[in-house]
Amino acid sequence: MTAIRVDDLSKSYGHFSALASVNLTVEPGERRAVIGPNGAGKSTLFNIIAGQRLPTSGDIYVYGTKTTGLRPDAMWTHGLSRTFQRNQLFKNLTVWENVELACAARYRGWAGFAARRSNVSALERDIVDVLEQVKLAHISSAQVTNLAYGAQRQLEVALALAGKPKILLLDEPTAGMSPAETEAMLSMLSRLPRDITMLIVEHDMDVVFSIADAITVLNLGEVLADGSRDEIRANEDVGAVYMGRQRREA
Amino acid sequence: MTAEVITPRRAGSYPIRIGIPFAVVMLLLAIGPLVGLPKFLQSLVVEILTFSLLALSLNVLLGYTGLVSLGHAAFFGVGGYALGIIASRFTPDIAITLPAAIAATVLLAIPVGWLSIRLSGFYFLMITFAFAQMVFVAAFRWKRLTGGSDGLIIPAPTLFGVPVLQGSQQFYFFTLAVFAICCVAMFAVVHSQFGRTLVGIRENTARMRAIGYNVRRYKLAAFLIGAAFSGVAGVLNALFNLFIAPESAHWTQSALVLVMVLIGGAGFFVGPIVGTAIVIALQYWLSSYTEYWGLVLGLLFIVLISGAREGVTGLLVQIYRRSHRATP
Ligand SMILES: Nc1ncnc2c1ncn2[C@@H]1O[C@H](COP(=O)(O)OP(=O)(O)OP(=O)(O)O)[C@@H](O)[C@H]1O
Ligand SMILES: [Mg+2]
Repeated sequence: MTAIRVDDLSKSYGHFSALASVNLTVEPGERRAVIGPNGAGKSTLFNIIAGQRLPTSGDIYVYGTKTTGLRPDAMWTHGLSRTFQRNQLFKNLTVWENVELACAARYRGWAGFAARRSNVSALERDIVDVLEQVKLAHISSAQVTNLAYGAQRQLEVALALAGKPKILLLDEPTAGMSPAETEAMLSMLSRLPRDITMLIVEHDMDVVFSIADAITVLNLGEVLADGSRDEIRANEDVGAVYMGRQRREA
Repeated sequence: MTAEVITPRRAGSYPIRIGIPFAVVMLLLAIGPLVGLPKFLQSLVVEILTFSLLALSLNVLLGYTGLVSLGHAAFFGVGGYALGIIASRFTPDIAITLPAAIAATVLLAIPVGWLSIRLSGFYFLMITFAFAQMVFVAAFRWKRLTGGSDGLIIPAPTLFGVPVLQGSQQFYFFTLAVFAICCVAMFAVVHSQFGRTLVGIRENTARMRAIGYNVRRYKLAAFLIGAAFSGVAGVLNALFNLFIAPESAHWTQSALVLVMVLIGGAGFFVGPIVGTAIVIALQYWLSSYTEYWGLVLGLLFIVLISGAREGVTGLLVQIYRRSHRATP
Protein backbone atom coordinates (compact mmCIF):
# COMPACT_ATOMS: atom_id res chain seq x y z
CA MET A 1 0.00 0.00 0.00
CA THR A 2 1.27 3.46 -0.79
CA ALA A 3 2.34 5.59 2.16
CA ILE A 4 1.09 8.85 0.69
CA ARG A 5 -1.12 9.34 -2.31
CA VAL A 6 -1.84 12.86 -3.49
CA ASP A 7 -4.77 12.78 -5.84
CA ASP A 8 -5.46 15.62 -8.26
CA LEU A 9 -4.62 18.22 -5.65
CA SER A 10 -5.20 21.90 -6.32
CA LYS A 11 -4.81 24.96 -4.15
CA SER A 12 -5.76 28.46 -5.14
CA TYR A 13 -5.28 31.71 -3.30
CA GLY A 14 -7.90 33.86 -4.95
CA HIS A 15 -7.12 33.74 -8.65
CA PHE A 16 -3.58 32.58 -8.01
CA SER A 17 -3.08 28.86 -8.39
CA ALA A 18 -0.37 27.64 -6.02
CA LEU A 19 -0.93 23.98 -6.88
CA ALA A 20 -2.70 22.67 -9.98
CA SER A 21 -3.80 19.04 -10.27
CA VAL A 22 -0.82 17.58 -8.50
CA ASN A 23 -0.56 13.78 -8.40
CA LEU A 24 2.03 12.04 -6.35
CA THR A 25 2.57 8.65 -4.76
CA VAL A 26 5.15 7.81 -2.16
CA GLU A 27 5.83 4.16 -1.36
CA PRO A 28 6.56 3.01 2.20
CA GLY A 29 10.21 3.45 3.01
CA GLU A 30 10.77 5.64 0.00
CA ARG A 31 12.90 8.75 0.31
CA ARG A 32 11.57 11.24 -2.10
CA ALA A 33 12.78 14.76 -2.70
CA VAL A 34 10.44 17.50 -3.84
CA ILE A 35 12.38 20.10 -5.73
CA GLY A 36 11.53 23.18 -7.72
CA PRO A 37 12.22 26.91 -7.83
CA ASN A 38 10.95 29.43 -5.29
CA GLY A 39 7.19 29.67 -5.24
CA ALA A 40 6.77 26.32 -7.01
CA GLY A 41 4.33 25.18 -4.33
CA LYS A 42 6.53 22.77 -2.36
CA SER A 43 5.66 24.13 1.07
CA THR A 44 2.03 24.46 0.07
CA LEU A 45 2.01 20.77 -0.81
CA PHE A 46 3.51 19.91 2.59
CA ASN A 47 1.03 22.15 4.39
CA ILE A 48 -1.88 20.39 2.76
CA ILE A 49 -0.57 16.88 3.32
CA ALA A 50 0.18 17.61 7.00
CA GLY A 51 -3.11 19.40 7.63
CA GLN A 52 -1.98 22.99 8.12
CA ARG A 53 -3.90 24.08 5.02
CA LEU A 54 -7.05 22.88 3.27
CA PRO A 55 -6.89 22.03 -0.42
CA THR A 56 -9.17 23.76 -2.88
CA SER A 57 -9.83 20.39 -4.46
CA GLY A 58 -8.32 16.92 -4.56
CA ASP A 59 -7.55 14.35 -1.89
CA ILE A 60 -4.80 12.99 0.30
CA TYR A 61 -4.54 9.33 1.29
CA VAL A 62 -2.19 8.06 3.98
CA TYR A 63 -1.75 4.30 3.96
CA GLY A 64 -4.98 4.04 2.01
CA THR A 65 -7.02 6.15 4.43
CA LYS A 66 -8.44 9.37 3.11
CA THR A 67 -7.08 12.13 5.30
CA THR A 68 -8.08 15.20 3.29
CA GLY A 69 -8.89 18.11 5.58
CA LEU A 70 -7.81 16.44 8.82
CA ARG A 71 -6.14 18.68 11.39
CA PRO A 72 -2.39 18.46 11.97
CA ASP A 73 -2.81 16.59 15.25
CA ALA A 74 -5.01 14.03 13.54
CA MET A 75 -2.37 13.62 10.83
CA TRP A 76 0.15 13.08 13.59
CA THR A 77 -1.93 10.18 14.89
CA HIS A 78 -1.72 8.76 11.37
CA GLY A 79 2.03 8.60 11.90
CA LEU A 80 3.01 11.77 10.10
CA SER A 81 5.47 14.33 11.47
CA ARG A 82 6.86 17.36 9.75
CA THR A 83 9.36 20.18 10.03
CA PHE A 84 8.69 23.72 8.91
CA GLN A 85 10.61 25.84 6.45
CA ARG A 86 10.60 28.63 9.02
CA ASN A 87 11.42 27.29 12.47
CA GLN A 88 8.41 26.69 14.69
CA LEU A 89 10.01 26.31 18.10
CA PHE A 90 9.11 27.07 21.69
CA LYS A 91 11.56 29.93 21.88
CA ASN A 92 11.27 30.79 25.54
CA LEU A 93 11.71 27.21 26.67
CA THR A 94 14.88 25.17 26.89
CA VAL A 95 15.98 22.63 24.33
CA TRP A 96 15.04 19.89 26.77
CA GLU A 97 11.56 21.31 27.33
CA ASN A 98 11.03 21.59 23.58
CA VAL A 99 11.86 17.96 23.01
CA GLU A 100 9.92 16.95 26.12
CA LEU A 101 6.74 18.45 24.70
CA ALA A 102 7.22 16.60 21.44
CA CYS A 103 7.99 13.28 23.16
CA ALA A 104 5.25 13.63 25.76
CA ALA A 105 2.62 13.77 23.03
CA ARG A 106 2.98 10.00 22.82
CA TYR A 107 2.39 9.59 26.56
CA ARG A 108 -0.66 11.72 27.12
CA GLY A 109 -4.18 10.93 28.25
CA TRP A 110 -4.96 8.75 31.23
CA ALA A 111 -3.10 5.80 29.79
CA GLY A 112 -0.05 7.96 29.38
CA PHE A 113 -0.46 9.32 32.88
CA ALA A 114 -0.48 5.81 34.27
CA ALA A 115 2.50 4.84 32.15
CA ARG A 116 4.43 7.86 33.39
CA ARG A 117 3.60 7.10 37.00
CA SER A 118 4.88 3.58 36.70
CA ASN A 119 7.86 4.45 34.57
CA VAL A 120 8.89 8.08 34.72
CA SER A 121 12.16 7.36 33.03
CA ALA A 122 10.62 6.12 29.76
CA LEU A 123 9.80 9.67 28.73
CA GLU A 124 13.18 10.95 29.85
CA ARG A 125 14.94 8.20 27.98
CA ASP A 126 13.06 9.17 24.83
CA ILE A 127 14.09 12.79 25.27
CA VAL A 128 17.72 11.88 25.75
CA ASP A 129 17.62 9.61 22.69
CA VAL A 130 16.26 12.36 20.48
CA LEU A 131 18.72 14.92 21.84
CA GLU A 132 21.64 12.63 21.15
CA GLN A 133 20.33 11.80 17.71
CA VAL A 134 20.38 15.45 16.66
CA LYS A 135 23.51 16.25 18.67
CA LEU A 136 21.91 18.74 21.04
CA ALA A 137 22.39 16.80 24.26
CA HIS A 138 25.28 18.99 25.45
CA ILE A 139 23.13 22.15 25.28
CA SER A 140 19.87 20.68 26.47
CA SER A 141 19.44 23.27 29.24
CA ALA A 142 19.97 26.25 26.95
CA GLN A 143 17.05 28.45 26.07
CA VAL A 144 16.16 28.24 22.40
CA THR A 145 16.49 31.99 21.75
CA ASN A 146 20.13 31.73 22.79
CA LEU A 147 20.95 29.01 20.27
CA ALA A 148 22.82 29.56 17.03
CA TYR A 149 20.61 29.27 13.97
CA GLY A 150 22.05 25.91 12.94
CA ALA A 151 21.25 24.43 16.32
CA GLN A 152 17.71 25.77 16.15
CA ARG A 153 17.39 24.05 12.79
CA GLN A 154 18.55 20.78 14.38
CA LEU A 155 15.93 21.22 17.07
CA GLU A 156 13.30 21.79 14.39
CA VAL A 157 14.10 18.33 13.02
CA ALA A 158 14.28 16.89 16.54
CA LEU A 159 10.70 17.91 17.27
CA ALA A 160 9.51 15.99 14.23
CA LEU A 161 11.62 12.91 15.02
CA ALA A 162 10.35 12.86 18.61
CA GLY A 163 6.93 11.79 17.36
CA LYS A 164 8.46 8.53 16.10
CA PRO A 165 6.79 9.03 12.73
CA LYS A 166 6.18 6.51 10.00
CA ILE A 167 6.18 9.38 7.55
CA LEU A 168 8.54 12.32 7.88
CA LEU A 169 8.10 15.55 5.94
CA LEU A 170 11.16 17.78 5.96
CA ASP A 171 10.86 21.28 4.51
CA GLU A 172 14.41 22.43 3.71
CA PRO A 173 15.90 20.92 6.87
CA THR A 174 19.43 22.12 6.18
CA ALA A 175 18.60 25.66 5.06
CA GLY A 176 20.84 28.12 6.86
CA MET A 177 23.16 25.49 8.26
CA SER A 178 26.93 25.57 7.98
CA PRO A 179 28.49 22.93 5.70
CA ALA A 180 29.55 20.91 8.73
CA GLU A 181 26.09 21.06 10.25
CA THR A 182 24.53 20.12 6.92
CA GLU A 183 26.87 17.16 6.71
CA ALA A 184 25.92 16.01 10.21
CA MET A 185 22.22 16.45 9.53
CA LEU A 186 22.40 14.47 6.30
CA SER A 187 24.27 11.60 7.82
CA MET A 188 21.76 11.54 10.68
CA LEU A 189 18.85 11.51 8.25
CA SER A 190 20.38 8.79 6.11
CA ARG A 191 20.91 6.67 9.23
CA LEU A 192 17.22 6.79 10.14
CA PRO A 193 15.45 3.43 9.95
CA ARG A 194 14.71 2.51 6.35
CA ASP A 195 11.02 1.97 7.06
CA ILE A 196 10.48 5.67 7.73
CA THR A 197 9.00 7.19 4.61
CA MET A 198 10.62 10.51 3.91
CA LEU A 199 9.53 13.45 1.84
CA ILE A 200 12.10 16.20 1.71
CA VAL A 201 12.11 19.65 0.15
CA GLU A 202 15.65 20.66 -0.67
CA HIS A 203 17.32 23.19 -2.92
CA ASP A 204 20.84 21.86 -2.80
CA MET A 205 21.04 19.30 -5.63
CA ASP A 206 24.06 17.57 -4.10
CA VAL A 207 21.99 16.95 -1.01
CA VAL A 208 19.05 15.78 -3.09
CA PHE A 209 21.07 13.28 -5.06
CA SER A 210 22.81 12.00 -1.97
CA ILE A 211 19.68 11.34 0.05
CA ALA A 212 16.72 10.72 -2.26
CA ASP A 213 15.85 7.61 -4.26
CA ALA A 214 13.05 9.39 -6.09
CA ILE A 215 12.41 12.96 -7.05
CA THR A 216 9.35 15.03 -7.86
CA VAL A 217 9.95 18.31 -9.62
CA LEU A 218 7.38 21.04 -9.10
CA ASN A 219 7.23 24.19 -11.15
CA LEU A 220 4.53 26.86 -10.94
CA GLY A 221 2.29 24.52 -9.01
CA GLU A 222 2.50 21.66 -11.48
CA VAL A 223 4.45 18.44 -11.52
CA LEU A 224 7.13 18.98 -14.14
CA ALA A 225 8.79 15.62 -13.74
CA ASP A 226 8.63 12.61 -11.47
CA GLY A 227 11.01 9.71 -11.42
CA SER A 228 13.98 7.97 -9.94
CA ARG A 229 17.08 9.92 -9.04
CA ASP A 230 18.87 8.96 -12.21
CA GLU A 231 15.92 9.71 -14.45
CA ILE A 232 15.65 13.19 -13.03
CA ARG A 233 19.38 13.76 -13.26
CA ALA A 234 19.16 13.05 -16.96
CA ASN A 235 16.01 15.09 -17.52
CA GLU A 236 16.65 18.21 -19.58
CA ASP A 237 13.49 20.08 -18.58
CA VAL A 238 14.62 19.89 -15.00
CA GLY A 239 18.01 21.24 -15.96
CA ALA A 240 16.31 24.13 -17.69
CA VAL A 241 14.20 25.05 -14.69
CA TYR A 242 17.22 24.92 -12.46
CA MET A 243 19.52 26.83 -14.78
CA GLY A 244 21.16 29.78 -13.15
CA ARG A 245 20.00 28.84 -9.68
CA GLN A 246 21.60 25.75 -8.36
CA ARG A 247 21.63 26.93 -4.81
CA ARG A 248 19.70 29.37 -2.80
CA GLU A 249 20.27 31.26 0.39
CA ALA A 250 17.90 30.52 3.26
CA MET B 1 26.97 9.35 26.58
CA THR B 2 23.94 9.76 28.76
CA ALA B 3 26.00 11.16 31.58
CA GLU B 4 26.77 14.39 29.76
CA VAL B 5 23.13 15.21 29.16
CA ILE B 6 22.11 18.01 31.45
CA THR B 7 18.62 17.14 32.55
CA PRO B 8 16.75 20.19 33.84
CA ARG B 9 15.84 20.36 37.47
CA ARG B 10 12.86 18.20 38.13
CA ALA B 11 9.78 19.03 40.13
CA GLY B 12 11.73 17.85 43.15
CA SER B 13 13.18 21.28 43.82
CA TYR B 14 9.87 23.15 43.77
CA PRO B 15 8.80 22.07 47.26
CA ILE B 16 11.92 23.76 48.61
CA ARG B 17 12.01 26.92 46.53
CA ILE B 18 8.32 27.65 46.72
CA GLY B 19 6.76 25.24 49.18
CA ILE B 20 8.68 26.38 52.24
CA PRO B 21 8.11 30.13 51.77
CA PHE B 22 4.47 29.35 51.02
CA ALA B 23 4.09 27.26 54.18
CA VAL B 24 5.77 29.99 56.24
CA VAL B 25 3.44 32.68 54.94
CA MET B 26 0.40 30.49 55.50
CA LEU B 27 1.57 29.74 59.03
CA LEU B 28 2.12 33.41 59.80
CA LEU B 29 -1.34 34.21 58.48
CA ALA B 30 -2.78 31.38 60.55
CA ILE B 31 -1.31 32.59 63.82
CA GLY B 32 -2.14 36.24 62.99
CA PRO B 33 -5.56 36.34 64.67
CA LEU B 34 -4.24 34.37 67.65
CA VAL B 35 -1.62 37.04 68.42
CA GLY B 36 -3.99 39.95 67.97
CA LEU B 37 -4.06 40.78 64.27
CA PRO B 38 -6.61 43.63 64.19
CA LYS B 39 -10.07 42.84 62.83
CA PHE B 40 -9.81 45.24 59.90
CA LEU B 41 -6.54 43.63 58.83
CA GLN B 42 -8.16 40.22 59.10
CA SER B 43 -10.90 41.19 56.70
CA LEU B 44 -8.31 42.79 54.43
CA VAL B 45 -6.46 39.47 54.37
CA VAL B 46 -9.70 37.61 53.61
CA GLU B 47 -10.37 39.96 50.72
CA ILE B 48 -6.84 39.63 49.38
CA LEU B 49 -6.96 35.84 49.58
CA THR B 50 -10.34 35.66 47.87
CA PHE B 51 -9.34 37.88 45.00
CA SER B 52 -5.93 36.23 44.79
CA LEU B 53 -7.76 33.01 44.10
CA LEU B 54 -9.70 34.73 41.34
CA ALA B 55 -6.50 36.21 39.90
CA LEU B 56 -4.68 32.87 40.12
CA SER B 57 -7.51 31.17 38.28
CA LEU B 58 -7.38 33.81 35.55
CA ASN B 59 -3.65 33.27 35.25
CA VAL B 60 -4.15 29.61 34.33
CA LEU B 61 -5.60 31.07 31.15
CA LEU B 62 -3.55 34.22 30.78
CA GLY B 63 -0.08 33.35 32.01
CA TYR B 64 0.04 29.66 31.20
CA THR B 65 -2.19 29.16 28.16
CA GLY B 66 -1.86 32.64 26.66
CA LEU B 67 -5.60 33.30 26.48
CA VAL B 68 -6.61 36.85 27.40
CA SER B 69 -10.11 36.72 28.88
CA LEU B 70 -12.08 39.85 29.59
CA GLY B 71 -14.94 37.96 31.15
CA HIS B 72 -13.36 35.91 33.85
CA ALA B 73 -15.27 37.56 36.69
CA ALA B 74 -18.48 36.23 35.17
CA PHE B 75 -17.66 32.86 36.71
CA PHE B 76 -16.84 34.60 39.97
CA GLY B 77 -20.31 36.11 39.84
CA VAL B 78 -22.01 32.92 38.76
CA GLY B 79 -20.40 31.00 41.62
CA GLY B 80 -21.61 33.59 44.08
CA TYR B 81 -25.11 33.77 42.66
CA ALA B 82 -25.44 30.00 42.44
CA LEU B 83 -24.51 29.77 46.11
CA GLY B 84 -26.87 32.58 47.03
CA ILE B 85 -29.79 31.20 45.10
CA ILE B 86 -29.39 27.67 46.38
CA ALA B 87 -28.93 28.93 49.94
CA SER B 88 -31.97 31.18 49.89
CA ARG B 89 -34.28 28.79 48.06
CA PHE B 90 -33.25 25.34 49.20
CA THR B 91 -30.72 25.05 51.97
CA PRO B 92 -27.84 27.13 53.34
CA ASP B 93 -25.99 23.89 54.19
CA ILE B 94 -22.49 24.35 52.80
CA ALA B 95 -22.14 20.61 52.26
CA ILE B 96 -24.62 21.21 49.44
CA THR B 97 -24.19 24.86 48.47
CA LEU B 98 -20.41 24.72 47.97
CA PRO B 99 -20.21 21.76 45.59
CA ALA B 100 -23.44 22.73 43.84
CA ALA B 101 -22.30 26.31 43.21
CA ILE B 102 -18.97 25.18 41.82
CA ALA B 103 -20.66 22.53 39.69
CA ALA B 104 -23.06 25.16 38.33
CA THR B 105 -20.12 27.39 37.42
CA VAL B 106 -18.34 24.61 35.56
CA LEU B 107 -21.55 23.56 33.84
CA LEU B 108 -21.99 27.05 32.47
CA ALA B 109 -18.31 27.22 31.55
CA ILE B 110 -18.61 24.17 29.30
CA PRO B 111 -20.66 25.78 26.49
CA VAL B 112 -18.99 29.17 26.97
CA GLY B 113 -15.54 27.62 26.79
CA TRP B 114 -16.47 25.34 23.93
CA LEU B 115 -17.46 28.37 21.91
CA SER B 116 -14.78 30.84 22.90
CA ILE B 117 -11.69 28.63 22.60
CA ARG B 118 -12.51 28.27 18.92
CA LEU B 119 -11.42 31.87 18.60
CA SER B 120 -8.08 33.34 19.49
CA GLY B 121 -6.48 36.64 20.36
CA PHE B 122 -8.75 39.63 20.10
CA TYR B 123 -11.80 37.55 19.23
CA PHE B 124 -11.39 35.38 22.30
CA LEU B 125 -11.21 38.54 24.38
CA MET B 126 -14.35 39.91 22.80
CA ILE B 127 -16.43 36.77 23.14
CA THR B 128 -15.53 36.35 26.81
CA PHE B 129 -16.35 40.02 27.31
CA ALA B 130 -19.74 39.55 25.64
CA PHE B 131 -20.45 36.54 27.80
CA ALA B 132 -19.63 38.47 30.97
CA GLN B 133 -22.03 41.19 29.88
CA MET B 134 -24.74 38.59 29.40
CA VAL B 135 -24.20 37.28 32.91
CA PHE B 136 -24.27 40.82 34.25
CA VAL B 137 -27.49 41.63 32.42
CA ALA B 138 -29.07 38.38 33.56
CA ALA B 139 -28.16 39.17 37.18
CA PHE B 140 -29.50 42.67 36.72
CA ARG B 141 -32.76 41.84 34.98
CA TRP B 142 -33.77 38.43 36.26
CA LYS B 143 -35.12 39.99 39.44
CA ARG B 144 -37.16 37.03 40.67
CA LEU B 145 -34.07 34.88 40.84
CA THR B 146 -31.26 37.34 41.56
CA GLY B 147 -32.90 40.29 43.24
CA GLY B 148 -31.81 42.50 40.35
CA SER B 149 -29.92 45.66 41.19
CA ASP B 150 -30.85 45.32 44.86
CA GLY B 151 -28.67 42.25 45.02
CA LEU B 152 -29.33 39.03 46.84
CA ILE B 153 -29.12 38.61 50.58
CA ILE B 154 -27.70 35.22 51.43
CA PRO B 155 -28.81 33.31 54.55
CA ALA B 156 -26.05 32.43 57.01
CA PRO B 157 -24.40 29.10 56.22
CA THR B 158 -24.92 25.91 58.17
CA LEU B 159 -23.26 22.52 58.10
CA PHE B 160 -25.53 19.54 58.75
CA GLY B 161 -28.01 21.92 60.34
CA VAL B 162 -25.49 23.56 62.66
CA PRO B 163 -24.62 27.23 62.01
CA VAL B 164 -21.04 27.60 60.82
CA LEU B 165 -18.62 30.33 59.73
CA GLN B 166 -20.38 32.76 61.99
CA GLY B 167 -17.64 34.90 63.52
CA SER B 168 -15.20 36.73 61.31
CA GLN B 169 -12.43 34.70 62.92
CA GLN B 170 -13.96 31.43 61.80
CA PHE B 171 -14.37 32.76 58.34
CA TYR B 172 -10.79 33.95 58.31
CA PHE B 173 -9.52 30.44 58.94
CA PHE B 174 -11.97 28.96 56.48
CA THR B 175 -10.76 31.31 53.73
CA LEU B 176 -7.16 30.61 54.58
CA ALA B 177 -7.74 26.86 54.32
CA VAL B 178 -9.65 27.08 51.04
CA PHE B 179 -7.02 29.38 49.63
CA ALA B 180 -4.18 27.08 50.63
CA ILE B 181 -5.87 24.02 49.15
CA CYS B 182 -6.74 25.76 45.88
CA CYS B 183 -3.28 27.28 45.64
CA VAL B 184 -1.60 23.91 46.00
CA ALA B 185 -4.05 22.37 43.52
CA MET B 186 -3.45 25.05 40.88
CA PHE B 187 0.28 24.87 41.44
CA ALA B 188 0.16 21.13 40.88
CA VAL B 189 -1.90 21.60 37.72
CA VAL B 190 0.38 24.14 36.07
CA HIS B 191 3.52 22.25 36.98
CA SER B 192 2.26 18.94 35.67
CA GLN B 193 2.75 17.60 32.17
CA PHE B 194 -0.67 19.07 31.46
CA GLY B 195 0.53 22.49 32.59
CA ARG B 196 3.63 22.24 30.43
CA THR B 197 1.33 21.43 27.53
CA LEU B 198 -0.56 24.66 28.20
CA VAL B 199 2.72 26.57 28.15
CA GLY B 200 3.55 24.92 24.83
CA ILE B 201 0.23 26.15 23.46
CA ARG B 202 1.01 29.65 24.68
CA GLU B 203 4.44 29.54 23.08
CA ASN B 204 3.56 28.06 19.70
CA THR B 205 0.10 26.76 18.96
CA ALA B 206 0.86 25.71 15.39
CA ARG B 207 3.77 23.57 16.50
CA MET B 208 1.77 21.99 19.28
CA ARG B 209 -0.77 20.86 16.71
CA ALA B 210 1.98 19.54 14.46
CA ILE B 211 3.48 17.45 17.26
CA GLY B 212 0.15 15.83 17.92
CA TYR B 213 -1.74 17.86 20.49
CA ASN B 214 -5.44 18.48 20.20
CA VAL B 215 -5.03 22.12 21.16
CA ARG B 216 -8.72 22.89 21.56
CA ARG B 217 -9.20 20.11 24.06
CA TYR B 218 -6.37 21.46 26.21
CA LYS B 219 -7.62 25.02 25.93
CA LEU B 220 -11.08 23.91 26.99
CA ALA B 221 -9.65 22.02 29.95
CA ALA B 222 -7.70 25.12 30.99
CA PHE B 223 -10.83 27.22 30.58
CA LEU B 224 -12.86 24.89 32.79
CA ILE B 225 -10.16 24.73 35.45
CA GLY B 226 -9.94 28.53 35.47
CA ALA B 227 -13.71 28.83 35.69
CA ALA B 228 -13.93 26.31 38.53
CA PHE B 229 -11.43 28.15 40.72
CA SER B 230 -13.01 31.45 39.79
CA GLY B 231 -16.27 29.94 41.04
CA VAL B 232 -14.59 28.96 44.31
CA ALA B 233 -13.44 32.55 44.75
CA GLY B 234 -16.97 33.74 44.00
CA VAL B 235 -18.36 31.39 46.62
CA LEU B 236 -15.90 32.68 49.22
CA ASN B 237 -16.79 36.24 48.36
CA ALA B 238 -20.51 35.57 48.62
CA LEU B 239 -20.14 33.78 51.95
CA PHE B 240 -17.99 36.59 53.30
CA ASN B 241 -20.47 39.33 52.45
CA LEU B 242 -23.60 37.15 52.72
CA PHE B 243 -24.71 39.31 49.86
CA ILE B 244 -24.13 39.43 46.13
CA ALA B 245 -24.90 42.13 43.55
CA PRO B 246 -24.58 42.22 39.73
CA GLU B 247 -21.38 44.32 39.91
CA SER B 248 -19.36 41.26 40.89
CA ALA B 249 -19.96 39.86 37.39
CA HIS B 250 -19.46 43.17 35.58
CA TRP B 251 -16.73 43.31 32.98
CA THR B 252 -14.93 46.03 34.94
CA GLN B 253 -14.45 43.41 37.63
CA SER B 254 -12.89 41.16 34.97
CA ALA B 255 -10.68 44.01 33.84
CA LEU B 256 -9.60 44.71 37.40
CA VAL B 257 -8.51 41.09 37.85
CA LEU B 258 -6.61 41.31 34.59
CA VAL B 259 -4.85 44.40 35.94
CA MET B 260 -4.08 42.58 39.21
CA VAL B 261 -2.45 39.72 37.32
CA LEU B 262 -0.44 42.00 35.06
CA ILE B 263 0.74 44.24 37.92
CA GLY B 264 1.88 41.18 39.85
CA GLY B 265 3.35 39.47 36.80
CA ALA B 266 1.58 36.86 34.68
CA GLY B 267 4.80 34.95 34.15
CA PHE B 268 5.07 33.85 37.76
CA PHE B 269 2.85 31.56 39.74
CA VAL B 270 2.79 33.99 42.68
CA GLY B 271 2.40 37.02 40.40
CA PRO B 272 -1.40 37.19 40.72
CA ILE B 273 -1.17 37.03 44.51
CA VAL B 274 1.38 39.84 44.61
CA GLY B 275 -0.72 41.93 42.21
CA THR B 276 -3.92 41.38 44.13
CA ALA B 277 -2.28 42.28 47.43
CA ILE B 278 -0.91 45.49 45.93
CA VAL B 279 -4.16 46.54 44.31
CA ILE B 280 -6.37 45.79 47.30
CA ALA B 281 -3.97 47.34 49.80
CA LEU B 282 -3.67 50.43 47.61
CA GLN B 283 -7.41 50.63 47.26
CA TYR B 284 -7.79 50.32 51.01
CA TRP B 285 -5.25 52.96 52.01
CA LEU B 286 -5.83 55.41 49.20
CA SER B 287 -9.61 55.39 49.28
CA SER B 288 -9.46 56.86 52.78
CA TYR B 289 -7.53 59.85 51.39
CA THR B 290 -9.00 60.35 47.95
CA GLU B 291 -11.82 59.05 45.84
CA TYR B 292 -9.45 59.14 42.88
CA TRP B 293 -7.61 56.02 44.00
CA GLY B 294 -8.41 54.45 40.63
CA LEU B 295 -6.30 57.16 39.03
CA VAL B 296 -3.30 56.17 41.12
CA LEU B 297 -3.88 52.53 40.27
CA GLY B 298 -4.07 53.40 36.58
CA LEU B 299 -0.82 55.34 36.78
CA LEU B 300 0.92 52.51 38.57
CA PHE B 301 -0.35 50.13 35.91
CA ILE B 302 0.93 52.30 33.06
CA VAL B 303 4.34 52.77 34.66
CA LEU B 304 4.68 49.06 35.36
CA ILE B 305 3.50 47.81 32.00
CA SER B 306 5.70 50.22 30.06
CA GLY B 307 8.69 49.79 32.36
CA ALA B 308 8.53 46.25 33.66
CA ARG B 309 6.65 43.81 31.50
CA GLU B 310 7.16 41.08 34.08
CA GLY B 311 5.25 42.98 36.76
CA VAL B 312 6.27 43.59 40.34
CA THR B 313 7.29 39.97 40.84
CA GLY B 314 9.58 40.26 37.83
CA LEU B 315 11.14 43.39 39.31
CA LEU B 316 11.68 41.69 42.65
CA VAL B 317 13.27 38.67 41.00
CA GLN B 318 15.58 40.95 39.01
CA ILE B 319 16.62 42.88 42.11
CA TYR B 320 17.22 39.63 43.96
CA ARG B 321 19.36 38.23 41.15
CA ARG B 322 21.36 41.44 40.87
CA SER B 323 22.09 41.61 44.58
CA HIS B 324 23.22 38.00 44.52
CA ARG B 325 25.55 38.61 41.63
CA ALA B 326 26.99 41.69 43.38
CA THR B 327 27.95 39.70 46.47
CA PRO B 328 29.57 36.50 45.29
N1 LIG C 1 -1.34 32.25 2.29
C1 LIG C 1 -1.02 32.54 1.01
N2 LIG C 1 -1.72 33.49 0.35
C2 LIG C 1 -1.41 33.79 -0.93
N3 LIG C 1 -0.42 33.21 -1.62
C3 LIG C 1 0.30 32.26 -1.02
C4 LIG C 1 0.04 31.89 0.33
N4 LIG C 1 0.91 30.91 0.68
C5 LIG C 1 1.68 30.70 -0.41
N5 LIG C 1 1.33 31.51 -1.42
C6 LIG C 1 1.92 31.54 -2.74
O1 LIG C 1 1.90 30.25 -3.27
C7 LIG C 1 3.08 30.02 -4.02
C8 LIG C 1 3.72 28.75 -3.55
O2 LIG C 1 4.28 28.99 -2.27
P1 LIG C 1 5.14 27.90 -1.52
O3 LIG C 1 5.51 28.47 -0.21
O4 LIG C 1 4.43 26.62 -1.54
O5 LIG C 1 6.42 27.81 -2.45
P2 LIG C 1 7.74 26.95 -2.24
O6 LIG C 1 7.86 26.05 -3.39
O7 LIG C 1 7.76 26.34 -0.91
O8 LIG C 1 8.83 28.08 -2.34
P3 LIG C 1 10.18 28.31 -1.51
O9 LIG C 1 11.25 27.56 -2.22
O10 LIG C 1 10.41 29.77 -1.57
O11 LIG C 1 9.94 27.83 -0.13
C9 LIG C 1 3.95 31.24 -3.87
O12 LIG C 1 3.84 32.03 -5.02
C10 LIG C 1 3.37 31.95 -2.69
O13 LIG C 1 3.52 33.34 -2.82
MG1 LIG D 1 8.82 26.49 0.76
